[in-house]
Amino acid sequence: MTGRYSRSGRVKPHSGGFELTVWYLMRLSGIALFVLVLTHYLIMHVLYDPAEQDSLWVTVRWSSTFWRAFDWTMLMLVLFHAFMGMRTIVSDYTKGGARTLILSGLYLVALGLFVIGTLVVMTLPVSRVVPGA
Amino acid sequence: MLVRYRGGEGMVAWAFHRISGVAIWAFVVLHVVDIFLVGAAPDAYDTLLVIYATPIGIVLEWLLGAAVLYHALNGLRIIVIDFWPALSRYHRQMWYLNWAIFAAVGLPVTWVIFGQFARSMGWWPR
Repeated sequence: MTGRYSRSGRVKPHSGGFELTVWYLMRLSGIALFVLVLTHYLIMHVLYDPAEQDSLWVTVRWSSTFWRAFDWTMLMLVLFHAFMGMRTIVSDYTKGGARTLILSGLYLVALGLFVIGTLVVMTLPVSRVVPGA
Repeated sequence: MLVRYRGGEGMVAWAFHRISGVAIWAFVVLHVVDIFLVGAAPDAYDTLLVIYATPIGIVLEWLLGAAVLYHALNGLRIIVIDFWPALSRYHRQMWYLNWAIFAAVGLPVTWVIFGQFARSMGWWPR
């Protein structure tokens, strides 16, 4: 890093290959999540009152294939972005066996969330309740 | 003052980015599990919502929004600096611009979130 260069992101890896690909994908997923997550928060917490959102509300919302697709896309991007971010942080503060152990645990949690998240998006029955009725 | 430390604004921006990132990660873990419950155990999900609706839950919901908004804005700043390194001269100004947008968006959102809460508690008329 040169001169007055100051930033808060991870320094671009010079090694190329996998690390450089992850570096680019973090930024790419970040841009997508900027739109998806802020939209999601705006809809769920500002336009609608969370106090009205019980399990039935979620089921009715997911009668729309669009929202299922929206949420699953966001889930995939957020899992990648969040767990690769955690990987960077863990790698900064640990080394050796501890790092291997913590990273393995992290990847296991990511895999678990991928499975249960995908499962519920794909299998939650379509509501037979008519919204507003 | 935090910004008086020799790292300056860049260091504080970096620290906040990490802290907000870890906080959002923790919420994502919780949130995927709770949405899984909508399918697996809807009653458990509805019970969990009662906890989310407590005053502490609302404050955490609000803090989550703050963390997401900061992380999103600062993330864009990082991307701008990474892809247009010449603009790193203005990293400090961009950080203050982030806070201006943060306040401009955050204040009305704060009003709505705590307004909803006040109404749900019956403190404000609906």
